[in-house]
Amino acid sequence: MDIWDIASYAAWIASGLILLWMVADAIKVNRDFDESLLMSSQEGIDELLEDPAAAGRPGREG
Amino acid sequence: MTDQALGQAQPQRINLLKVLGPAHVWALGVGIVLVGEFMGWNFSVGKGGAFGSLIACWVIGLLYTCVAMIDSEVTSTVAAAGGQYAQAKHTIGPLMAFNVGLYLVMAYTMLEAADALVTGDLIAIAAAQFGHPGLDPRPFVVLTIALLALLNYRGVFMTLSVNFVITAAAFTSIVILFIGVQPWNPGAVLQHQGLLTDLPYGWIGVLAAFQFGIWYYLGIEGTCQAAEEVRSAGRALPLGTMSGIITLLIAASLTWYITTGLIPWEYLGQDLAPLYTASTLTGSTVLHVFLFVGTIFSAVASANGCINDASRAWFSMGRDRYMPVWFGAVHPRYRTPFRAILFLIPIAVSFAFTGLLDQVITFSILSGLLGYTFMPINMHKFRKKWPLGSIRRGYVHPWHPLPAIVLLSLCTATYFAVFLGYGVQLLAMIGFYIVVSLWFAFHRYKYVRRGDQFTMPWPRPLGY
Repeated sequence: MDIWDIASYAAWIASGLILLWMVADAIKVNRDFDESLLMSSQEGIDELLEDPAAAGRPGREG
Repeated sequence: MTDQALGQAQPQRINLLKVLGPAHVWALGVGIVLVGEFMGWNFSVGKGGAFGSLIACWVIGLLYTCVAMIDSEVTSTVAAAGGQYAQAKHTIGPLMAFNVGLYLVMAYTMLEAADALVTGDLIAIAAAQFGHPGLDPRPFVVLTIALLALLNYRGVFMTLSVNFVITAAAFTSIVILFIGVQPWNPGAVLQHQGLLTDLPYGWIGVLAAFQFGIWYYLGIEGTCQAAEEVRSAGRALPLGTMSGIITLLIAASLTWYITTGLIPWEYLGQDLAPLYTASTLTGSTVLHVFLFVGTIFSAVASANGCINDASRAWFSMGRDRYMPVWFGAVHPRYRTPFRAILFLIPIAVSFAFTGLLDQVITFSILSGLLGYTFMPINMHKFRKKWPLGSIRRGYVHPWHPLPAIVLLSLCTATYFAVFLGYGVQLLAMIGFYIVVSLWFAFHRYKYVRRGDQFTMPWPRPLGY
């Protein structure tokens, strides 16, 4: 087994750990935060488009 | 800011972070594309010869300049993740938006898979050069996707700052190679006089070269996906996109000039990594190393930008219920579309594991081409429904409707070119999009909240 074989195994292990961390974090977020908060983002907000008439427009619900 | 702190504060709404500037937009657009100068474009030489490839480079460059101009105007106004998908939703309607969103997700996910494949193959080539032939590239393909997905998961600012650095380094490697081949001293290194020939297959060969000329620029339209995360859409998007297409036109011309002066067109048309090959032909170890690093950086930057763009398009479609609404979530700490990023990882890995680089990239190109065909129609509708002066625009592109007409004409010519080389794939892909359109129209559309589709604070469109 040379350095390239070790690098291959290391790549598999590192990939697995990274993916596991992301999945675990996503599960934690899903558990700790309300779904309506996670889904609350709204498109179309920009200072160029700011319009006093539209400022009071109700946001969309998730 | 911690999860707990956010949880206790109970904010009313969490959005994607507005932290990007023009340099990030440049890094996103050029980062996705630049790998196309390092590989792929040269198949156009095999179709049309060296001069045929140069014509394709500039004609397709004109196509993408029109794309950049049109995108800059519309996206500087539609400040929404999803880019062209959000534009289609506002200017044309749900079915077009669904298709455009799907073109984007497919184009970027497949390009990401191809980039990861290239990175894995390059590591395997390096291993072979250091005495370890036959290295399995798959662990490095997965590691590339996993690392870049992690970067994207944890925040857009760092993701695109990294992309800026590695894209600038890859572009610099092309400039260094250009200087290294002494363009001021023709005949010393570059042998254009002996290597350039007439068009080997005539003008039909030039037309056939168009499909590979797309590689020089495929993905610059991805800058639009940053629309919801830039500090100022009206400034950053036009500046980043237009400087991006200028960078690519320069990079494409330099690439053509260097490689056609070093490699006979018969070989150049089949080479896997022509800039890297050109660097080896100079006999300079320094240039050799620079171009190896530049090639890897370009592939990684492209995959990184593709993860960013595919996830924004998927997230945006989820948020609008074109796809399951679950994908429309934003991470409360990192402010990224984390579920969309996670969901697309196994899909990209699956495409990469097929190992069919040419088929994967062809599907990506065809999806991109369908997206470009939408743009002139979009531009026509946009200017017709909201004429100049009716809404504020960050950028107004000149000579309308000429760029839209030129874009539509060049798309038509490129479809013909693609049909010559990949007729079956073209028909299969159109069949795929027809089937999914039927699924959307007869099944999925009932979940879409029609009243929520129009999110821009614009006046009522003209004629409605």
